[in-house]
Amino acid sequence: MLKVLKAGFFTTIQDKGRAGFASIGVPVSGAMDEYSADLANGILNNSIEDAVLEITLGFCEFQFLASAIICVTGADFSPTINGNSIQLQKRVFVEKGAILSFRKVNYGVRCYVAIKGGILSEKKLNSRSLYTNITKDFIVRKNDIISYTPYIYDVNNLKSNVKIDHSHFKSTEIECYKGPEFDVLNLQQQKQILTQKFSISGDNNRMGYKLNEEILNDLPQLLTAAVLPGTVQLTPSGKLIVLMRDCQVTGGYSRILQLTEGAINKLAQKTTHNSFHFSIIGI
Amino acid sequence: MLKELTYKRFGDKAIIIEWASKIDDTILNAMLLFANKFALKKPVNVVDIIQGYNSLTILYKNKIINFNEEVTFLKAIDTIVLKQKIQNTFQWEIPVCYDVLFGVDLEEISTQKNCAINEIIKLHTEAVYKIYFIGFLPGFLYLGGLNERLYMPRKSNPRLHVPKGAVGIGGMQTGVYPNNSAGGWNIIGKTPITFFDVNKLNPCFAKPGDSIKFKAISLDEFYHLEKEIREKTYQLLKTSQDA
Repeated sequence: MLKVLKAGFFTTIQDKGRAGFASIGVPVSGAMDEYSADLANGILNNSIEDAVLEITLGFCEFQFLASAIICVTGADFSPTINGNSIQLQKRVFVEKGAILSFRKVNYGVRCYVAIKGGILSEKKLNSRSLYTNITKDFIVRKNDIISYTPYIYDVNNLKSNVKIDHSHFKSTEIECYKGPEFDVLNLQQQKQILTQKFSISGDNNRMGYKLNEEILNDLPQLLTAAVLPGTVQLTPSGKLIVLMRDCQVTGGYSRILQLTEGAINKLAQKTTHNSFHFSIIGI
Repeated sequence: MLKELTYKRFGDKAIIIEWASKIDDTILNAMLLFANKFALKKPVNVVDIIQGYNSLTILYKNKIINFNEEVTFLKAIDTIVLKQKIQNTFQWEIPVCYDVLFGVDLEEISTQKNCAINEIIKLHTEAVYKIYFIGFLPGFLYLGGLNERLYMPRKSNPRLHVPKGAVGIGGMQTGVYPNNSAGGWNIIGKTPITFFDVNKLNPCFAKPGDSIKFKAISLDEFYHLEKEIREKTYQLLKTSQDA
């Protein structure tokens, strides 16, 4: 059992999400940075379907009520166990009673904690991903108790950590495909979208990131239709919204771009005031 | 005549099939027919289908390797002639209490439209609303068929808290908030019926192609029904729409 001593700014439990329920309006959800979540599970030789903790912007604390094997990936929030720094992307054995803490942000926005055997929280509609009115709560709170499989010792005593490509956190290039309504934009609008630098507004969360800049929107109204994580919508005010993992299943705004999976993962490591540019790739 | 379908890419893992751009029962029926045929031949690499007013979006598990090949397959689905009857559809009776206690915007609509509250209730309950699809929130039904006299723009300042069961009007649409949420629609009443219950085998009783008819109930009846629903003794009224 994992006891939440400090829940931090926004901590959730995520797995691959619940695809297949769009017909009743249920969002997909899942880890915002799927690449880092998969990496954490991979290092522990877990199934990539296993649930992990998703921690946003550090400052939280957990106590292991039974010994466990864990791996921390994604953003660097200066993780420590009983005050001693631990490395990211490394398999770590945690003694019973030990306290895992996250403090200041060195880089990135979301970090993942995988536990060997996966987090065993409630499963609803084939997924443990937290979501309002589907799971009991939509965030992890102080004093919550989270189940996992205890490991008494680690036979696999790996000393090294896995090296990652830091462009995942630093790159400001967000790759995307043309969206279904891209060709309805005039050349001027298309050029602006592809050359302008965009910055993330304070209105950003697991549902979507609203951007600060404006594009002239003279497109005809669209009848409500499917949207996906990674869809870039052009709103009537001219502002863009990049939809993220918890986005609703349908929307009525023009879908001008569609981020690649890799780009959604990269954007998940950016937040308010960060800027980037879109680059279109062919399919 | 329905115009020919268009097939568009949506990222690298989805294809949109589009019908003519209008809200129309003929198009809804054509989409439902397509979805039924597709269900019979559904390839294993398809993870979901998202329905809109005039579109079906097919989501694939992996990147689509050959777009033209998939489109050829989808076109072939379209030409299948179904021998068996497609899914049964139902009309659901949804009790709504239009008391101003719940219908917090009724008086404003009445003033703006110069239409008595009783008349608003009459117009709202006499129509049969077709369910086009479910989206926005789990269990939120997109309904067609609102009387033009009740069209009312969304509130310029959305409310942060709209209660579960609130019945509202937003532009040319009417609908029920399946759970507490923020929302910008004008609230005219409240139903004790639950539209989304994750603990049920079938979390949402209604489906595209079904219809909704609202029935006005008093405050007393509302509280009585609420109790029956809590005690699980209440049975939703439904009638088959099939001839």
